[in-house]
Amino acid sequence: MTETTADPTDSTDPTDTVDLPGLPRERGCPFDPAPGYAHLRESAPITRIAFPSGGSGWLVTRYEDVRALLADPRFSSRLSAAAPHVRTAVAALPEPLPGALLRLDEPEHARYRRPVMRAFTVKRVQQLRPRIQQIVDERLDAMERAGGPVDLVAELALPVTSLVICELLGVSYDDRETFHGLAGRLLAIESSPEEGQQARAELASFIAALVAAKREKPDDDLLSTLIAEADADPDSPLTDIALTVLGSLLLIAGHETTANMIALGTLTLLEHPDQLAALREDPALADRTVEELLRHLTIIQFGLVRMATEDLTLGGRSIRAGEYVVASLPSANRDPGLGIEDPDRLDITRTPAAHVAFGYGPHQCLGQQLARAELQITLTSLFSRFPGLRLAAPAESLPFRDDMLIYGLHQLPVTW
Amino acid sequence: MRITLDEDRCCGAGTCVMTAPDVFDQRDDGIVVLLDPNPPAQLATSVHDAAARCPAAAIRVETE
Ligand code: SF4
Repeated sequence: MTETTADPTDSTDPTDTVDLPGLPRERGCPFDPAPGYAHLRESAPITRIAFPSGGSGWLVTRYEDVRALLADPRFSSRLSAAAPHVRTAVAALPEPLPGALLRLDEPEHARYRRPVMRAFTVKRVQQLRPRIQQIVDERLDAMERAGGPVDLVAELALPVTSLVICELLGVSYDDRETFHGLAGRLLAIESSPEEGQQARAELASFIAALVAAKREKPDDDLLSTLIAEADADPDSPLTDIALTVLGSLLLIAGHETTANMIALGTLTLLEHPDQLAALREDPALADRTVEELLRHLTIIQFGLVRMATEDLTLGGRSIRAGEYVVASLPSANRDPGLGIEDPDRLDITRTPAAHVAFGYGPHQCLGQQLARAELQITLTSLFSRFPGLRLAAPAESLPFRDDMLIYGLHQLPVTW
Repeated sequence: MRITLDEDRCCGAGTCVMTAPDVFDQRDDGIVVLLDPNPPAQLATSVHDAAARCPAAAIRVETE
């Protein structure tokens, strides 16, 4: 790596953010990350940026560096502020609660992750496939009966992913408006710290009531299993607080991310007719299509944040203890260093890349096999049921989720 | 080719099972299981790929 002593982004005073650029946010094409990332990967792959909340941190944009960062235990997930790289108002977060997987480090993280892992193995998800197919078919029937145009987010993407996680976890689907609303409030960039706190509290009391009800009347779902296990083992880390926190996380992460991938993936295929034709011609490309859409779209649009726990060097840069570091997943997935040809091109026939759309390191998405199954089944079934599927509104008018931590579409009007 | 696993590191997301299903499996609790510690040479590519993709660096492959 070349020496960059004159680089203004290597300023030695971490509080001096006057001349620092911010996180690239302006997209050109809605399917591509902000163009600023390509430039940064070339010229300043690890660079200091100003945070809208005040202060600054490092932005890491190359694939190798992103993987190294996310796998390195010297970077902590125990952040003291929520999304400080995108939120304008951030308040100090309390210490992470037991079970708060996203904010815990090893070995504590694994203690809470392991009990839930069994519900998301390759084999378990394989067994769930027929049921997912049934759910998808029912939603497609309903769409067909209603006739177009419909909002694909409200009529397919959200119901499918919500029904699946509700059944798996043991949450009543009748409560969907409650948790959909809470997800919206938790993931909106403009939510104030108070609003975020309030939404977290409401979600926690919703799940806590469910835990209490299931203890009384257990069922055949993950939450009941975890409760029974916790009650049988005095040393179990799964206290009621941990169960509530885990349940909240699985419910929100389990539907919101995949729903956005379904809607955005559908639109992407509609806007790339050659790719859609290739998938139609060979449905066996479903796996590859999903991997490529995950990579190409990378809906964790602002990346993952970590904090250095000691002075260290990453990709030739000195980073000091206490500094925030942002791992840009969208940028890493478009880096030629990922080892695929022409990474900006969508190509559903390519050998799937070792992308980081699900993150990397010990926190890598627990529900990724479930997400894959839901995406494969929903996308292939949708396009085979409605061969004439098309947009019911001009593409320029579509409401993209630039305002949310998870990218996608607020609505997707389609007809057939 | 010789494979060793570090079960303690495994975070159970199953990338290895997807990548090299003849060599890796998961226990019911998600932790990786080695089906074949000395797989035939024609599986070398997928095994190396699985090791490279493992998010937890739990798979080590030694080639003679
Ligand atoms: S890829 Fe690695 S972390 Fe994932 S199941 Fe296999 S060994 Fe475990």
